[in-house]
Amino acid sequence: MLQKLYDWVDERLDITPMWRDIADHEVPEHVNPAHHFSAFIYCFGGLTFFVTVIQILSGMFLTMYYVPDIIHAYESVYYLQNEVTFGVIVRGMHHWGASLVIVMMFLHTLRVFFTGSYKKPRELNWVVGVLIFFVMLGLGFTGYLLPWDMKAYFATVVGLEIAEAVPVVGGFAKALLAGGEIIGAQTLARFFAIHVFFLPGALLGLLGAHFYMIRKQGISGPL
Amino acid sequence: MSEKEHKVSRRQFLTYTLTGVGGFMAAGMLMPMARFALDPALEAGAESDFVRVASLDELTEEPQRFDFVVEQEDGWYSSEVTRVAWIYLANNEVVALSPVCTHLGCTVNWEGSESYPENFFCPCHGGRFERDGTNIQGTPPTRPLDVYEVQVEGDDVYLGGTVQR
Repeated sequence: MLQKLYDWVDERLDITPMWRDIADHEVPEHVNPAHHFSAFIYCFGGLTFFVTVIQILSGMFLTMYYVPDIIHAYESVYYLQNEVTFGVIVRGMHHWGASLVIVMMFLHTLRVFFTGSYKKPRELNWVVGVLIFFVMLGLGFTGYLLPWDMKAYFATVVGLEIAEAVPVVGGFAKALLAGGEIIGAQTLARFFAIHVFFLPGALLGLLGAHFYMIRKQGISGPL
Repeated sequence: MSEKEHKVSRRQFLTYTLTGVGGFMAAGMLMPMARFALDPALEAGAESDFVRVASLDELTEEPQRFDFVVEQEDGWYSSEVTRVAWIYLANNEVVALSPVCTHLGCTVNWEGSESYPENFFCPCHGGRFERDGTNIQGTPPTRPLDVYEVQVEGDDVYLGGTVQR
């Protein structure tokens, strides 16, 4: 049945070569944990992506209940966590996953650094990787405000004070991020928009470039 | 033993087990999210409390409009909303009709159209109901108006939730 369906589509659109380009490629011996167990360090990038997928999925589901409004944000988070079935699990996945992304990404960066994988011809992929790192930090920073409790509020106050400390453009950067002088209604709406639309959009674009380059250039050789 | 004597080849076995384990993990990840999203559809609706709406001596054989206020819990938002009931006496029994048209949910009014006296009339698609809420054949609604649950204590009339007939 599935095979027939696949054949029907394949006959018309010739999708098999596409599948081969995306998924069917050699895994060199030195990155295969079945050959050398220490090669598990090459899994960190894939694991980072896996956690990112969980973040995107759980985040999509959380927006079914969450409202980015200073009157109701905390109440809606409280409701989805305590009243909705499995709310504590779905929010827990997003909460802990956020930290795990940073941890996995850091381990991936260490692996790339100590295997020298950033060297020519892969310098551009390192640059894109660092941009992904900044986008992830931005996602963490904007997401932290959304529950609108004391910890969220004052973490953002501190974060914006740090932005303000930048010479020359600091005041402008703070006003832009906070949506004005007050850290309040407009800040929350703005952080929500950045957290669910702008940064994920940038992230997907950068991830696409990251994966395209690794397929084009292949995995770096053994030490 | 050669590979051909096996019903399931080594490659197939690996494919099946890896797909199975992968599917199990994916299900473990997606199941809480699916249940989370389905929650409003699976949770039973809350029981509604009885609210005092009118006193007996206000009621007549003619349906009269009574507005009353109920507490409404909507997720994280609770508010007071105004409900409407058309209440009349039928053989000294209190009958309270919901004004929600059973066609597509607009609001009906007693004698809402001058062309149809003695009828509940819905302005949206011309749906009509008799005094007792029965839908009139040839107009869009397919069932009678819902009734409120009624409790009479002394001189006071209390209304609860609506019931389909």
